[in-house]
Amino acid sequence: MRRSRAFLALPAALALIGADEPQLVPDVSQREVVIQYSFTGADLLLFGAIVYPDGRRPDKPADIVVVLKGPEQSITMREKQKVAGIWVNADTARFRSAPSFYAMASSRPIDRIVDERTAAIYELGLDKLQLSPSSLNESAELSRFQSGLVDLRARSGLFVERPGTVEITDGVLYRARLPLSARVIVGDYTAETFLVQDGRVVAAAVRDITVRKSGFEQFIASAAEHWSFVYGLVAIAMAVGMGWAAGAIARRI
Amino acid sequence: MDLYLPIANLSVNALVIIGLGGVVGLLSGMFGVGGGFLTTPLLIFYGIPPTVAAASAASQVTGASVSGVFTHMARGTVDFRMGGVLIAGGVVGAGMGVFIFRLLQYLGQIDTVIGILYVLMLGGIGALMAKESIQALVALKTGKRPPARKRRHHPLVAALPMRWRFYRSGLYISPLAPLLLGMATGILTMLLGVGGGFILVPAMLYLLGMATQSVVGTSLFQILFVTMATTMMHAMTTKAVDLVLALLLLIGSVVGAQVGTRISMSIRPEYLRILLAAIVLFVAARMALGLGFRPDEIYTIEVR
Repeated sequence: MRRSRAFLALPAALALIGADEPQLVPDVSQREVVIQYSFTGADLLLFGAIVYPDGRRPDKPADIVVVLKGPEQSITMREKQKVAGIWVNADTARFRSAPSFYAMASSRPIDRIVDERTAAIYELGLDKLQLSPSSLNESAELSRFQSGLVDLRARSGLFVERPGTVEITDGVLYRARLPLSARVIVGDYTAETFLVQDGRVVAAAVRDITVRKSGFEQFIASAAEHWSFVYGLVAIAMAVGMGWAAGAIARRI
Repeated sequence: MDLYLPIANLSVNALVIIGLGGVVGLLSGMFGVGGGFLTTPLLIFYGIPPTVAAASAASQVTGASVSGVFTHMARGTVDFRMGGVLIAGGVVGAGMGVFIFRLLQYLGQIDTVIGILYVLMLGGIGALMAKESIQALVALKTGKRPPARKRRHHPLVAALPMRWRFYRSGLYISPLAPLLLGMATGILTMLLGVGGGFILVPAMLYLLGMATQSVVGTSLFQILFVTMATTMMHAMTTKAVDLVLALLLLIGSVVGAQVGTRISMSIRPEYLRILLAAIVLFVAARMALGLGFRPDEIYTIEVR
């Protein structure tokens, strides 16, 4: 998956060396997002400059698309159906590379910037995600599952699409704001920026963002994972201790 | 006040969870039940993943039953021998529950099974309690006492081989009966995050025919240890015990439990029981509707 994307990006990279193409200088407001006790999500500002060769701006303004992507997950999706009067999980589909988080912003609606094929190559848009199905479902079934996934994650704030929200100032400076939901998982995120002109991606640049848990949250999560016996003991001791203390205090009152 | 739960991986309003624990604790203090049957569905309803909800609710039941066990031990109304057999069965049952949990998770049917178990268990027990407490209320109003039921264990229990004496329970029966009973509640504790007092108390009364005064103390004693074992098994296998979530629930429930105990002293037990029966039947009906109505989410995602 990753390799094929790199392969597709290669012509674009070669074109850049040709020097007559514009370049992107992107940045993000936070290189590191720390999840701590009061974490309710974050707002990321993705901004940067478009550098045209010799400083000549094209007559027709270019478009910017930014994509913020989280670590990919291998997932199993289940679909409920009514069987004998109750709703039970019936059909399943497996996907090898579903992004745990995907947010996209563009300066205009995607279908007016690029054609279907280009959008599919660069995964621009929630309906263009390449999920690599690994189960043998029919294609109609797969697209049903895919739209189910998009709908579910969109409502929990994990999939975001904000067409028309990238501001471009004087044709050279751009900025976009993307929300990072409180339900994001930890890992390495990428912020990709694409410069599109006449339906063609003429420049692309990537910035990495790390999302991690802060001291206490990280400590709890790794204790649960690696010292599960001690962790269990602590949970039990806490429950017994608090129950006993409350009883002891109540007897005094 | 938003607080991030490190295992559940989401933010919750801490006051809502404490309040939820408080309400459950209040009920558990009033009725002498663990209250896990309310915590797990409420947490799932709030958006906590079902596995984390069941795993963390077990430790809340531990906290809610501790002070009750001390009280009953002081009064001498705990049959330790009977409790020991029940706990042995409960721990084995919880271990079996781990396998059932994994199997159902693999098949993708854990949510449905949890739902059906809740409906059957709460519906059955609720109906039984409602019938009994209505009879008791009628008897109270008319002044007529119902004919005293002859205390006798179920014929199936009498058929089991090898008999032990359980002095405080006033029984001479095979330890296999409470062992099997303990196993059944252990499985339920692991799957549902409930203490199992609901099943245990009526079963001890009507199946085993135990002396009434030691039933509640012994069942609390069993619940305390089995929920402790379950918390440990969840910590070791599903790794879904959220300490922060458990702490919030405990803060609410241990306080609520003490308040509930005081309230229960000023209300007639007959009224308390019909109230509890109504709550149990309401939860069962709500879960049954949930199974039958089109769910909000048709799709579920499991990360591997």
